Amino acid sequence: MVHGEAWTLKEFFVYPNEYIYWSIQIVMYPFMTGLVAGAFVLSSLYHVFGVKQLKDIARFSLVFSLALLPVAMMPLMLHLQQPQRGIYVMMTPHFTSAIAAFGIVFTTYAMIVLSEIWFVYRQYIVEMVLDLREKRRRKPLDSVRLALYSVLSMGAMDLSPEALHKDERAVGILAGIGIPVACFLHGYAGFIFGSVKANALWMTPLMPVIFICSAVVSGIALCIVTYIIVMELRKLILAWKRKNNPRLPSSEEIKSAEIHTVTITAKYLIMFMVLALTLELLDLIFRNYTAVKSWDILRSVIYEKDFFKIFILQYGLGNIVPFIIFLLPGLTIRRALLGGLLVLMGVFMMRWNVVIGGQAFSASFSGFMEYQLPIWPDNMETFKEGLFGALTVIITPFVLFFCVTRVLPVIGVKDSH
Amino acid sequence: MISRRSFCKKAMIAAGGIMIPLAALEVFNPQRLAAEKDGTGKVRWVFLVDIHKCVGCGFCVKACKTENEVPYEANVTRTWVERYVVTKTGKTHIDSPKGARDGFTSQKIDQAHHGLLEVKEEEIAKAFFVPKLCNQCENPACVQVCPVGATYQAADGVVLIDRSWCIGCGYCVMGCPYGVRFFHPVYHVAEKCNFCYHRLAKGMKSACVDACPFGARKIGNIRDPEDPVTKIITTEQVNVLKEEFGTKPQVFYIGLSREVK
Repeated sequence: MVHGEAWTLKEFFVYPNEYIYWSIQIVMYPFMTGLVAGAFVLSSLYHVFGVKQLKDIARFSLVFSLALLPVAMMPLMLHLQQPQRGIYVMMTPHFTSAIAAFGIVFTTYAMIVLSEIWFVYRQYIVEMVLDLREKRRRKPLDSVRLALYSVLSMGAMDLSPEALHKDERAVGILAGIGIPVACFLHGYAGFIFGSVKANALWMTPLMPVIFICSAVVSGIALCIVTYIIVMELRKLILAWKRKNNPRLPSSEEIKSAEIHTVTITAKYLIMFMVLALTLELLDLIFRNYTAVKSWDILRSVIYEKDFFKIFILQYGLGNIVPFIIFLLPGLTIRRALLGGLLVLMGVFMMRWNVVIGGQAFSASFSGFMEYQLPIWPDNMETFKEGLFGALTVIITPFVLFFCVTRVLPVIGVKDSH
Repeated sequence: MISRRSFCKKAMIAAGGIMIPLAALEVFNPQRLAAEKDGTGKVRWVFLVDIHKCVGCGFCVKACKTENEVPYEANVTRTWVERYVVTKTGKTHIDSPKGARDGFTSQKIDQAHHGLLEVKEEEIAKAFFVPKLCNQCENPACVQVCPVGATYQAADGVVLIDRSWCIGCGYCVMGCPYGVRFFHPVYHVAEKCNFCYHRLAKGMKSACVDACPFGARKIGNIRDPEDPVTKIITTEQVNVLKEEFGTKPQVFYIGLSREVK
């Protein structure tokens, strides 16, 4: 069977070689890089612009962007027909291609995130090394931890106020450089689509900007959702522990701090959402108004074939409903969680409608293609480019986040950053 | 004694200094300049399709599949033939069942998922067949977007694919406005028509050209003024597909109608 044939349904006249070649993993790719970039931008709001209220979530989102980092590459590897040759993009980049920049942009960004995290956590790492060294009787696990933290400290054990101040400055500078790089990482994902002149839906110079805005929106939404879930779990654990130790903070105290952070973060979410929505609507209105050759087929895709996915799921449930949820006074944790989840769904649908929607019509403008997401895999291809492949990509960052936070905790760390 | 710091510093300056002239060597590679510049080579392969002569027998598709080892039953093909049926009310119906590998054996129009459509003969205003193949564009979008340089343009204008280097990202498939590219079902890399490059290299003609019983397909060298194909392209009314994409396609058509997509 030809690649793409398993999930493509053709209607009317489609060129014989046309199939949905870019499937669910290419929907996941901009979605995941968007989350990375967005989480990073959120953490930078605190480190660069000194938005003090975001202090709690800044560290959280920084570590999350680390956990998401390898996952930005995963969908691409799952999508390639020759994944073992993926490294060629780094080895022999052909720079007239937008994808060729991936290696450089991604590596730069990864180095910035890693070094920023190192500076943020240096004090904590050193303290852990010192604590563990002092322990008289170390359990085997403690020895492993000591070795790990010693390596992580990279020998920089200075904890003098000047050294810590230097750390802080380094974090500020890295976060500052990181914002444009994060935007570039994602803007260029938009450019990959926006520059395909053969595709009438994709080709618009607005694409990179739309991608950046929706990336920040999704990143912030994910941080809100994960933050709430982590805090709720923490409350449950604390309530359980308080039975034995009543001096621990009560769940009421945590709750007030939690809702405060969420409310502030939601404001930034709304801001970026307005921007993203404005640009998307501008694009739609412009296409409608200019009505060039491709408009006939685009209209039938946008207003008929994909109406439910675009106007109900993406704009309705993904944009308007969360708007109301976040803007109505007296935001509660539950409402914020629902709003965050809806925003994430909306951004996912936006990626879907761009990637799959862009292939929903033939380049002949005389027929349509429908993507039928493979649910139950019957071979490697339908696993990779089906529901289970996508779920693997979604679950991985949470697993990684869990592992990373075993070493670098995100909550309850007291230091200057 | 040189200190570590100054050694690193000097090493970096030296490396940087060496890089600049090396970069210049790359910029002024004469072979590449010759290949990229217009009109320097002796050969530039072009194709000529006479729509008036095509009857939709599909011999070209069959010959192509056999010659180029594209699995016979696979629903992809390097070349194909489209049937256009325009009704008196101005509606255009297009189909190409299995790329017209077996010709057009039924009068009914293949609507893919929507089954077969019967158009009554008295409703038809005009009908014709259009063979399609890679346009070997002068400004190929597929070459531009390949992230690893696995697809490239030869000096004689033909766009080729390196099967050992293609990573299978599909960006070229997406970038082609003509839909000529696909993934090879056996090699799992990008695939498309290359005018039967292996045959051209031996002085033969493309398999589809030889297979066409009506002379609807011709291949020629546009740099040779004596080539019959060149004469037709330069003196008669010919057209190309989708000029608006700026790809400068090099497959020319005689009798191309406005309905052709």
